[in-house]
Amino acid sequence: MTGPGAGEDTTGRADGTRTSGPPSPGAIDDAPLHMPNPHPAEPPNRTPGPTARTVESPEPDDTTTTGTGTWPRTGTGTGTGTDASPPVDDLVERRLHPVTPLRRAWAPVAVIVGWAVHDPDQAQRQLTRLTTTHLMIGLAVLIPAAALYGFLTWWFTHYAVTDTELRIRTGLLFRRTAHIRLERIQAIDVTQPLLARVAGVAKLKLDVIGTGKKDELAFLGADEASALRAELLARAAGFAPETAHEVGEAPARQLLRVPPGVLAVSLLLTGATWGTLLAAAVVPTLLWLATHNLWTVLATALPLVGAAGARSAGRFVGEYDWTVAESPDGLRIDHGLLDRAHETVPPGRVQTVRLVEPLLWRRRRWVRVELDVAGSSNSVLLPVAPRDVAEAVVARVLPGVVVPTGPELSRPPRRAARCRPLWWRGHGLAVTDAVFAARYGLLRRSLALVPHAKVQSVRLTQGPWRRALRLADVHVDTGANKTVTARLRDAEEAAELLRSQAERSRTGRRDAPPDRWMT
Amino acid sequence: METGSPDDTGTAGAARATRAAGAADRAEPAVPVRDEPVWTGLPPGLLHMRRLLLVVWLGLLTLAAGVLPALFLDPAWAALALLPLALMAWGWVMLGRNWRSWRYAERADDLLISRGVLWREETVVPYGRMQLVEVTSGPVERHFGLASVQLHTAAAATDATIPGLDPAEAERLRDRLTELGEARSAGL
Repeated sequence: MTGPGAGEDTTGRADGTRTSGPPSPGAIDDAPLHMPNPHPAEPPNRTPGPTARTVESPEPDDTTTTGTGTWPRTGTGTGTGTDASPPVDDLVERRLHPVTPLRRAWAPVAVIVGWAVHDPDQAQRQLTRLTTTHLMIGLAVLIPAAALYGFLTWWFTHYAVTDTELRIRTGLLFRRTAHIRLERIQAIDVTQPLLARVAGVAKLKLDVIGTGKKDELAFLGADEASALRAELLARAAGFAPETAHEVGEAPARQLLRVPPGVLAVSLLLTGATWGTLLAAAVVPTLLWLATHNLWTVLATALPLVGAAGARSAGRFVGEYDWTVAESPDGLRIDHGLLDRAHETVPPGRVQTVRLVEPLLWRRRRWVRVELDVAGSSNSVLLPVAPRDVAEAVVARVLPGVVVPTGPELSRPPRRAARCRPLWWRGHGLAVTDAVFAARYGLLRRSLALVPHAKVQSVRLTQGPWRRALRLADVHVDTGANKTVTARLRDAEEAAELLRSQAERSRTGRRDAPPDRWMT
Repeated sequence: METGSPDDTGTAGAARATRAAGAADRAEPAVPVRDEPVWTGLPPGLLHMRRLLLVVWLGLLTLAAGVLPALFLDPAWAALALLPLALMAWGWVMLGRNWRSWRYAERADDLLISRGVLWREETVVPYGRMQLVEVTSGPVERHFGLASVQLHTAAAATDATIPGLDPAEAERLRDRLTELGEARSAGL
């Protein structure tokens, strides 16, 4: 699966979890998430070093060795004792990167251009009436006004990191202060749109339930964004406040990198692409037979082909160079050809994982893995991967989970065929000691896994038709506002499942790691 | 397949063991947890209110359907009034069945709500997952001395509402749920 450039040992690790060979799965499982000290040689009580920001260290190899000497994180208990520096109370408020005011500079230009394109005659007439003096006056007023507005919004936007919160203070006339609690973070995204990459800046977004577009920090310098992400994660993980800004990035180990060739083939093999292409072939032919007008044919065919191409190309560009890595701070996902995105999902934040298997991928045993994190809009974990590798990655994301395979999933009883002919065979359910797994779909199969600890409520529903057939559906609601449903179960089994699943959901929470994952 | 019988699988057994260890300090007697829930129905106030509303609105409709066509068209058109009347009779029965189907049970660790006649739905919410408990009472409900309790978890799909409770009972339930939720609180 890994491309030519990807680290060799990572595939070995990903496979190792499956094959239970000499590098036993247990040893691998223990390694990253729960060991407080990954580098035993390092003294646990180190003095605060002078060069803390490892992100700025000139290490060329980015993904695997970001963290250097300062990494071995000591918990709150051990770290504080040696620190002579008193707890810092003064809040350092910081501003965004100075290019920030320019990020909306294109908007008025776009409006004018859009208007000119939309109504060329009118634009032409207005343009001829425009004298040089008018133009000069207009520019002399508009440019300083826009510049002043941009400057003021930038000037009045501050952010600060306290021991427990990220505070964002913004607004020129209407002040707005957001305090985002760090132990509640569900994910941190650092994204770099194309132009931002050119300018060397990045956006940082903290996903907490209820945050919106306003709560992202756009833009920060690229290095500053990574440093801030490392600091926020360190504080959220429960490090001593004094050391939090100098523990640096956690070392990441690459699990998987999707080669561009595989991604391209997988996109060609999706039903949507072929459906659109088929429509592009059939509809113009019919139109040609009906009208014999070349222009109508072209006018329908081109957008259809364009849509198929644009969607596939868009997904290819967005999912290019998809890299999944693992670190003590959780999962890292990096992707994008033009716009780069770096997502970090701390341990224990994943609410649901879905393995989607389109029909045309089945022969190659490829799957797409999606995940749900509360409050986050990102949903893809792996755009395409062989099933074994995907299962190994899922086992890392949800520790101790073995993905149930076909025979382990129990089908609905045969009488369910009268409720949903043919498609009833696609439904399946398995409950292991760690997850509730439900599958649906006949052609495009989708298997959803919910860890018991993430279940918020369990519901049983039964309409009149199902009741006549003694069937019922069991819904499991998760915190990411996703509901996983086991459909068409036998009524008695469903009632039992309802009770036992509520019980498991309650007890499953006991073994869950704490919110501050390094404590 | 473990789905049908979680009690005798190893997983649930282990969970039970840890549970028993954890529950030892709790004051509960060592009864098996799989007891039958003690269901509580709704007080009749809700049924009275709904039936009254039904009678008022459909009564007005019956009147309109009986009088207006008879005035403007032909007296025979007054037979149209039978339609809302039949609807009223049907609704009267349906409201009764629906009201009887609502019931809830407070168990040691979770709340059960069951409802629906044709479309049955049963919800289980562990107390630890409750994010907030809400007691609401609209103007009409207040007039009839009713209040509803609504439970919110982090999942918006959780639809756990108990309508038509006596206000005192609603407040007792709210306080008890809040208390239990605090004691068993768990994150996302």
